Amino acid sequence: MTALLSVRGLTTAFDLGGRSVAAVNDISFEVRAGETLSLVGESGSGKSVTALSILRLVQPPGRIAGGSIVFRDRDLLTLPEAEMRRIRGAEIALIFQEPMTALNPVMTIGSQIAEALLVHGKANRTEARQRAIELLDAVRLPDPARRVRDYPHQLSGGMRQRVLIAIALACRPALLIADEPTTALDVTIQAEILDLLREMKSRFSLSLLLITHDLGVVAETADRVAVMYAGRIVEESPVREIFRIPKHPYTQGLLASMPGATPGTRLRAIEGTVPDIGALPPGCAFGPRCPQHFARCDTAPPPFFDVGVEHQARCYLHEPGNGGQK
Amino acid sequence: MTSNGVPLLDVRHLSKEFDQRRGFLGPRVSTRAVHDVTFTIEEGQTFGLVGESGSGKTTTGRCILRLIEPTSGEVWFRGTNVLKYSRQELRLARRHMQIVFQDPYSSLNPRMRARQIVEEPLIIHKQGTSAERRNRVAELFGLVGLDPAHLERYPHQFSGGQRQRIGLARALALNPSLIIADEPVSALDVSIQAQVINLLMDLQERLKLTYLFIAHDLRLVKHISVRVAIMYRGRIVELGPTAELFSAPQHPYTRALLSAVPVPDPDAKQQRIPVDAAWFEPALPLREVTTGHWAAI
Repeated sequence: MTALLSVRGLTTAFDLGGRSVAAVNDISFEVRAGETLSLVGESGSGKSVTALSILRLVQPPGRIAGGSIVFRDRDLLTLPEAEMRRIRGAEIALIFQEPMTALNPVMTIGSQIAEALLVHGKANRTEARQRAIELLDAVRLPDPARRVRDYPHQLSGGMRQRVLIAIALACRPALLIADEPTTALDVTIQAEILDLLREMKSRFSLSLLLITHDLGVVAETADRVAVMYAGRIVEESPVREIFRIPKHPYTQGLLASMPGATPGTRLRAIEGTVPDIGALPPGCAFGPRCPQHFARCDTAPPPFFDVGVEHQARCYLHEPGNGGQK
Repeated sequence: MTSNGVPLLDVRHLSKEFDQRRGFLGPRVSTRAVHDVTFTIEEGQTFGLVGESGSGKTTTGRCILRLIEPTSGEVWFRGTNVLKYSRQELRLARRHMQIVFQDPYSSLNPRMRARQIVEEPLIIHKQGTSAERRNRVAELFGLVGLDPAHLERYPHQFSGGQRQRIGLARALALNPSLIIADEPVSALDVSIQAQVINLLMDLQERLKLTYLFIAHDLRLVKHISVRVAIMYRGRIVELGPTAELFSAPQHPYTRALLSAVPVPDPDAKQQRIPVDAAWFEPALPLREVTTGHWAAI
């Protein structure tokens, strides 16, 4: 498969109080045509900043400090702002976690879908209205011809998320970035939205960059996974391998900490807390919490080591010659 | 069961209606947030109350503590009806029943130091001398795994998981027997959730606590609860021993809820069951399917 989006060495820094803190630190990944790549991480891991960086929507004091983001043979980081505006929404669309705040409360949902089409010159007013109804139908909003005149407050959370997906798909983007698209929703609604995203993906030939903290959502949705910790990707692999043979101790810890195995027993928690990205240790950022920590971990941040087919982990346990031993 | 056979908490036919005007000068309509909810919790057990938003699980928890006054029903705590308590009796009873909230970011007063937050209930209930309270706060800090060196810090100087520990230390200050934990870990990161769940289980064992664990996360509820009730639009639709309810769900809504939980296994293919409004029309009473396992079918 060819890469639709190729991110190389992306670093996004925030200038705070005279020092520069890398929220995203030299990360590289690609999203291939037709696949779902999931970026997994906890709060502060840099996954949302990555999404904003791809669309060049990082606000000061944040700034993209380095790297390249190649989308359909163009480096988005060197494009003039006017061209970038033509890509946002039309070629790369973004949906957020909060379906309550992402919609304009004083515009009908039909007008908001139409606006997306009009801004990008994809339709005139009459066509846009018709397209809005078709899109609402595509995202399975019941009674779309009537609902098109509804305001956001007249819809439930799940229906609002459907509308946001309709807006995102209006201009037929090639890449959809979904940042925690189901986190604010009830579990039965989450299931419906995940099913819808899968259906839209094949119907509109989308590639999906799915950002989430929920490993269950990852297992159900992703083809490949990149696990982020403290601004870096620490493990990347096809989805099956990450659940069957996780190689980074952080990934192993996340999976082991989920309830499930034996009710009533202690959970295998990862001890400690996520480090302050402004004060990372000199070696591996996970080192201080890692149950398999050894001297080598404190020397420098580990590079990627191959641990399988298309499977890499930033962990010295997998350094050739180490033999996985302490 | 306690030695005399009385459950610690016995909730009977609890209902709460909220009155609202439909629009300015519109007709008054009442919404049934909680409808005829009945369950018991044995001393030292964890009872899970599960539901999606609008199910009434949070309102149920607050009605038990009378943080919201229920419309009707009974709440028996150690054999006395909480809903009949005078203001004075209720104040005393609150020592024994405490609540831990979901959001560790907004449930702590940002202008108070951690020490003051934990000490406050002791002052309100006139417990001990200033020196005794100081010792008790340090002890509570240790109990919930906080560093006593951080007593003088403000809430914003703690992480989410640590803040939830402060909330827990405050709830434990007066040695309660019942803790109502309303989504205590849902705002926390996955790796921190497990730490707080472990802490809750450790404390239960050490202090013989009884929990009403209110949550939407079925995996967590399954892990921590001995018995579970599933709520939908204000009513309990199913109630039973955890293992049995999860392995042999009787109400179609319980099955739908279980089918919707994403499984962290890419090879697990499960058939989703969509929720059907017809299941709840008309609302059926709970009936005992097997011993101790009730379903509204």
